[in-house]
Amino acid sequence: MVTYLRLLWIHLRLGILNELQYRTNLVIQLIQSAVGLCTALLGLGVIFSKTDRLGGWSAPELLAIVGVYTLVAGITQLVVQPSLTRFMEDVRLGTLDFTLTKPVDAQVLVSVRQVEVWKSIDIVVGLVVLAVAISQLGASVGLAQAVVFLIALLAGVTIIYSFLLILATCAFWFIRLDNILNIFQSMYEAGRWPIGIYPPWLRAMLTFLVPIGFAITVPTEGLVGRLTSPNLLGAIALAIALPLIARLFWKIGIRHYSGASA
Amino acid sequence: MTDLVVLYRAQFKTTIASQLQYRGALVIWIIGLILQPVIYLSVWSTVAESRGGNVDGFTASDFAAYYLTALVVSQASFTWIMWEMEYWIRQGNLSPLLVRPAHPIHQHVANNLTFKLLTMAVVAPVVVVLTFVFQPNWTISAWTALAFIPALLLAMALRFAVEWTMASLAFWITRVNAINQLYFVVFLFLSGFVAPLDLLPGPVRSIAEWLPFYRMLGFPVELLLGRLSPTQAMVGFGAQLAWLALALVLLNVTWARGVRQYSAVGA
Repeated sequence: MVTYLRLLWIHLRLGILNELQYRTNLVIQLIQSAVGLCTALLGLGVIFSKTDRLGGWSAPELLAIVGVYTLVAGITQLVVQPSLTRFMEDVRLGTLDFTLTKPVDAQVLVSVRQVEVWKSIDIVVGLVVLAVAISQLGASVGLAQAVVFLIALLAGVTIIYSFLLILATCAFWFIRLDNILNIFQSMYEAGRWPIGIYPPWLRAMLTFLVPIGFAITVPTEGLVGRLTSPNLLGAIALAIALPLIARLFWKIGIRHYSGASA
Repeated sequence: MTDLVVLYRAQFKTTIASQLQYRGALVIWIIGLILQPVIYLSVWSTVAESRGGNVDGFTASDFAAYYLTALVVSQASFTWIMWEMEYWIRQGNLSPLLVRPAHPIHQHVANNLTFKLLTMAVVAPVVVVLTFVFQPNWTISAWTALAFIPALLLAMALRFAVEWTMASLAFWITRVNAINQLYFVVFLFLSGFVAPLDLLPGPVRSIAEWLPFYRMLGFPVELLLGRLSPTQAMVGFGAQLAWLALALVLLNVTWARGVRQYSAVGA
């Protein structure tokens, strides 16, 4: 465990050192984060100029969703997504060989190898938005809610990671899949709103097919105190089961790897 | 002229072949294309329901008609040139295109139209299915249906010319992603995508009516659904033509200057 944490730390440091050479990327990311936030806030503004509740959610509650949305996007785009993208490229080019020969677990290594340092700005932005939302919600957020929120958020991030790993593992069979992670990206947009507002078929898709509901709506429900215990238990159960499934799938997949160019 | 026909036919074939090769990328575009209007449709339907079925004259089924039409219009008019051009210029891939005897814009127009034909084969059945799901209130009369066709074609041409002009910025600025993103946010709000223009706050609405974005999306949609008076329709066509003329001039100027600026990086 300590080894793996050190591994993550080394890659984080490498990523930071690497990125410090390209400081304009910081400016670009700052602009992109600001634009993303403004889009979300203006969207909320337009909606709440016409109504004061959206599917039972008040404005500060939806602001909390925007916060969680930005936070989770930042977390996954910081390490998981760039690493898995690089892993799929490695499978295609046959350069995964170099990873497999390292004396650590290959799944861990391919999951932490690439760091997009500036995405941490989204994490900060998400936390700030969340803080503003909580201060507007005021006294209704107690310690119990905070604990439930953290548990649900952890479960959500675990679910998303396992889901992305399962998608990426498909690269072992279908070599050219570089865009498959973008499917997730384009569906992730839907998480900016509580999934309860979508028609049942889309809600089912966003819960079970692409588990965005578990990653964003469920933690936010925990925070504002409307999460029912079956939903929380469901999220926890999935957060335990899905990594195991992903692990199993990874084990099967890696046996298919033959080293394209080696 | 016959040269161009040959060029378009050849481009048409190669695009079909290469797109069918990368079906994955095709599927992703289509999901994104369909999901976005469905998201805003769901949001506004929920708002309409919470207000007793109606927001400023829009019922849930009015929103359904609006956004399903918007889906078709945006599918017909979107371009990806702003990303492609950046790639062409950064990687030096533009060089072989420049030495060809035809303007590179033809290649892209042909690519774009082929891609639209291919994706329409998926988008059309999806729209039919969504029609059953969302029960839109299509009130289309013969004259609006007729007027819709030129409005759609002008919207396509206009969006194409504006985005090509925007894409030419990549000649001067190497990292255009932030600018592209900014452009798309402005487009999203002022074209009538986030909300029909009637629902935007007064000042924003007047700005949107004067800018070209609404003419690329919201105008053809509202025209088809009979939400515009004949006068508004005429003004709209005038605005489309005026913006198109301006955009074509700008496109020619920026392109001519940009190519001179181009230094073929990486080639």
